[in-house]
Amino acid sequence: MQNITRRDFGRLAMAAAVGGAGVSAGVFPAMAQGANPIRIGFSMSLSGGLAGNGRAALAAQQIWAADVNAKGGLLGRPVQLVFYDDQTNGGQVPGIYTKLLDVDKVDIVTSPYATAMIAPAMPVVMQRQMCFVTILGAGVNTTFKYNRHFNMNVVGDNMKETFAKGFLDIADTLATKPRSIAILAVDNDFAQRAAESARFLARQRNIRVVYDRSYPPSTVDFTPTLRAVQAARPDLIYIASYPPDSNGILRAASELRISAQMFGGGMVGPQLAAFQAQLGPILNNLVNWDIFSIEPTMNYPGVSDFLTKYRAVAAREQTDVLGNYIPPYAYAQMQVVEQAVTRVGKIDQGLMAADMHSQVFDTIIGPVTFAASGEWAHERNLYCQFQGITDGNLERYKSPGAKVILYPPSLKSGTLRTPYGTPA
Amino acid sequence: MDPDLVLLLNGIVSGLLLGGLYAAAASGLAVAFGMLDIVNIAHPALMVTGAFTVVVLGTWLGLDPLLVAVLQAPLFYLLGTGIYSAYHHFFEKRGEEALQGLAFFFGVMFIIEVGLVMVFGPEQHFLDPSYAYTTWRLGEIDLPLRMLVPALFAMACIGALFLFLHRSFVGLAIAAVAQDADALRLMAIDPVRIKRFAFGISIALASMAGGALVVVQPVEPSSGQVFIGRIFAICIMGGMASLPGCVMAALLFGVVENVTATFYGPSWSPAVAFGWLLLVLAFRPQGLFGKAA
Repeated sequence: MQNITRRDFGRLAMAAAVGGAGVSAGVFPAMAQGANPIRIGFSMSLSGGLAGNGRAALAAQQIWAADVNAKGGLLGRPVQLVFYDDQTNGGQVPGIYTKLLDVDKVDIVTSPYATAMIAPAMPVVMQRQMCFVTILGAGVNTTFKYNRHFNMNVVGDNMKETFAKGFLDIADTLATKPRSIAILAVDNDFAQRAAESARFLARQRNIRVVYDRSYPPSTVDFTPTLRAVQAARPDLIYIASYPPDSNGILRAASELRISAQMFGGGMVGPQLAAFQAQLGPILNNLVNWDIFSIEPTMNYPGVSDFLTKYRAVAAREQTDVLGNYIPPYAYAQMQVVEQAVTRVGKIDQGLMAADMHSQVFDTIIGPVTFAASGEWAHERNLYCQFQGITDGNLERYKSPGAKVILYPPSLKSGTLRTPYGTPA
Repeated sequence: MDPDLVLLLNGIVSGLLLGGLYAAAASGLAVAFGMLDIVNIAHPALMVTGAFTVVVLGTWLGLDPLLVAVLQAPLFYLLGTGIYSAYHHFFEKRGEEALQGLAFFFGVMFIIEVGLVMVFGPEQHFLDPSYAYTTWRLGEIDLPLRMLVPALFAMACIGALFLFLHRSFVGLAIAAVAQDADALRLMAIDPVRIKRFAFGISIALASMAGGALVVVQPVEPSSGQVFIGRIFAICIMGGMASLPGCVMAALLFGVVENVTATFYGPSWSPAVAFGWLLLVLAFRPQGLFGKAA
């Protein structure tokens, strides 16, 4: 057996380093030419509870970086993503952003996925006066009131009066006007805001709230809770839940044969491929909040190409195989940065923020404008209904018809089917 | 039937079924924590690992998750003996099993969770048996097989373990090592070997609990976290080293959770269930079936 000398070891190390650089060059072709890259830094939940959406968002952002670099980069410079795993731990986030800004000296920062991870980054980002485009936050800037914060989320800046509006507007079209509603929400910020909206709007329309409870995220069995909901005999059932719970709630509803004129609400989970594969026909007639659906009314330029690219890498990246939820928004988040930088012509945080306040952004999820608060100027909460689902085959979700849009009217692509709990 | 009575009966029945799952998860810990005094905080993470391997093997072989859980149990037994060997060598032998040992199992838990994310990704994984969407109805009482079959499976596993511990020589040696390891040496039995064996059984039970978990719900790498507090509470409430106590405490925990959720809302469930733990400990510090010192 040949011994490895120190010199041999040095050669091996050099070969490994060159090999590693080759991988980087494949993703960032311009870097191989030695150009000075524009570095965009962010933390992302790649492990822990939010990793499912975090990994999907990262895959979309990497596709964006590859697309931009293939076109020659941004301002003639290649784009490089610098990211760290925050492990779905808000406590990690301030340290990561401090490192990104003070050690890595990135040019631009964007956000991790969702409110719980965005909020801890805000003080660090504000202290450095950075322009901050975030994704799927819910009312983060209500407290901070930072004028360089921009949020890619359909909910807009008046969640209480608008979030559940679509659900109740659809309910208004029922043959028999609904007279009662049950509200069940998980104990977290987003779900509680969603429940507050449903409560507020139901009372405004004289719909009686016959059940109104929260549940802790550690709940394992939802059967007794759903049975109590069933006992209240509501016309409408509005649930605001997160992925681990949404599955249990829908399975319990199926086992108890719960039937209501409308069942759904602000459930996070049914938008994801893993749910659609497992629950199959249980999803039929569920009317649920959403942000994207492959319907002709949302076929914005570029979104189809993006989804083709995303699905080609999704299995390898071990993330949501369809990409019908977060990924288009993560790509659009980076498009907002790209278009602002291009229009400004340089990396200037103040000018970029001014551009974002004043301009319309053409993205793969449609045109986006921001209000003074940094939220979308016009809310676009979708309420979609699963229709004609007979099994867990995911192919049907790659074309229109499986998840039709009922609200808003401008994007409507189907008509309501009732009640929930009937077979396809 | 009176609607409130129907709600109560269904709350009790669904609580018993939920308690069956808790018993499956807690029985392995009753061996490790109750009998061997090893604070295996990684037990739920090992249960979830078992669930993931059940999904992979069950999908590949086309077998029922519970059958796969039984078939893979010997591999988890070996994994358990390996973990115990490392724990004994680095901590127990040096008399550092208290704090350092706890830190070791915390480390094992984090490594398992991150490892599962790296290997399987963060998405939910599932393997539904043919009966997963069937519900038996006995009058006004619902019995979803998704909950009933894992509960019966858990009782069968725990029953077999109980017989083994009370009828076999090795089982009696495990009970003896829990009481006095040094006395066991005088009987020419190596307590380390017995503890290694018992810890292996504990992890094999975690794997079986993983099979039960897959039938009840889809799993993701962090699924074990919701069970940590519950199964330690059940072990303590049951009387640490007592398997019947563990089962009774698990069933009680499930019933209290579900009846509370039915009538007072799910927010109160954990508070009331853990309140029961405090109540039991106030009147019986040794737990329901534990023996007073």
